Amino acid sequence: MEYLIGIQGQDFVLVAADNIAANSIIQMKQDQDKMFKLSDKILLLCVGEAGDTVQFAEYIQKNIQLYKMRNGYELSPKAAANFTRKNLADYLRSRTPYHVNLLLAGFDETDGPGLYYMDHLSALAKAPFAAHGYGAYLTLSILDRYYRPDLTRDEAVDLLKKCIEELNKRFILNLPSFSVRLIDKEGIHDLEKLMPVGAK
Amino acid sequence: MALFDVSGYKSHSELRGQILGTGVGHLIDRPNQQFSVPVGVDPSGFLKSCSREGGVSIDLNHGTTTLAFTFRHGVIVAVDSRASAGSYIASKEANKVIEINPYLLGTMSGSAADCQYWERLLAKECRLYKLRNKQRISVSAASKLLCNMMLGYRGMGLSMGSMIVGWDNKGPGLYYVDDNATRLSGRMFSTGCGSSYAYGVIDSGYREDMTVEEAYELGRRGITHATHRDAYSGGVVNLYHMQEDGWIKVCKEDVSELIHRYRKDMF
Repeated sequence: MEYLIGIQGQDFVLVAADNIAANSIIQMKQDQDKMFKLSDKILLLCVGEAGDTVQFAEYIQKNIQLYKMRNGYELSPKAAANFTRKNLADYLRSRTPYHVNLLLAGFDETDGPGLYYMDHLSALAKAPFAAHGYGAYLTLSILDRYYRPDLTRDEAVDLLKKCIEELNKRFILNLPSFSVRLIDKEGIHDLEKLMPVGAK
Repeated sequence: MALFDVSGYKSHSELRGQILGTGVGHLIDRPNQQFSVPVGVDPSGFLKSCSREGGVSIDLNHGTTTLAFTFRHGVIVAVDSRASAGSYIASKEANKVIEINPYLLGTMSGSAADCQYWERLLAKECRLYKLRNKQRISVSAASKLLCNMMLGYRGMGLSMGSMIVGWDNKGPGLYYVDDNATRLSGRMFSTGCGSSYAYGVIDSGYREDMTVEEAYELGRRGITHATHRDAYSGGVVNLYHMQEDGWIKVCKEDVSELIHRYRKDMF
């Protein structure tokens, strides 16, 4: 029901998430922000089972901040992704596993931009583009067809718009708005919300 | 811990030990009471085996409609009063709003026992917060306390859908908290098995600039129409209005009288 997407460019990562918080057939909230700021240049996008998403994401968020306080420097996106994966894996075979699907996007001074895909079984993969949710079945092929590693920021936003228009056209559920953010060496920037209009 | 050592910070427990001397027990600051459960016990599985499908027919009190919405003049809270145990109506006038303090209300839906216990515990924690910190707890913090209590019992079969309504320094506050530790802040929520019917009525009749009387009527309408369609909701509408200087109880009206009044107006 929920949708996450990330696209990595040469010196930025573009991420978007839908804004619906649902409970069975009811939309409880239409302006839910599913992105969690782990540090100045790292975002964690989190969807999955109710309750688990926010709890797990806040747990990771606070631990990343604690690491910074204890050691005086921040974790890199790669280290943060592996830390998150380890926590997810540790809970996987416990009595209360966290059923969450994640995208971690960040910008590192030395390694540049990075997008990490993580699923509820604690698989971790660094990828140039990724998506979660039923919407991924419709949009991954669009990303395969039109993605290039040297996309500019505007081209990446256009590619994102293509994906969201496809969801608006073919996906059975209505996702009326999407939060969009971009991470580059200056930090995290909020872009304007995307709200696909009308049926094509 | 680099910064910790350099700054010479003394943690609270160290200081207390210095002031009071050793031999005094350390301050117990746990927000929950923990139930000790033996390893291997599976409460949610046990509960399932006791229900109608499991053959034993001990159905918990379930079934409700509650709603709350914010508008220009505060927050309206409206609840029904039927407590059902399976198809048996256990009470016609159950109280589904807990008055935590003059500035905080909590609604209850789901299992009556779970709601009553945990929200009463929340009321205790809110009172302790006020005594310790000399100021009233914020709505955000109160809802987070309840959410964390739910988190502690994840997967154990608790059933609670609640709205925490209050007025604090940031203005009117409305939070939805449920048994899987979901916590959402918003301007309009409805919970319980009649909630979808209530959403239909309050969504179509809502305007941010309603007068107070119009808002009361919308709350009454939402519950009444939901109780009309939902078998597990009924009884009376209990209506509360959260204002800047605290909540007031507006009215308590029987839904069967209300629905007849509305239907007479229709024809």
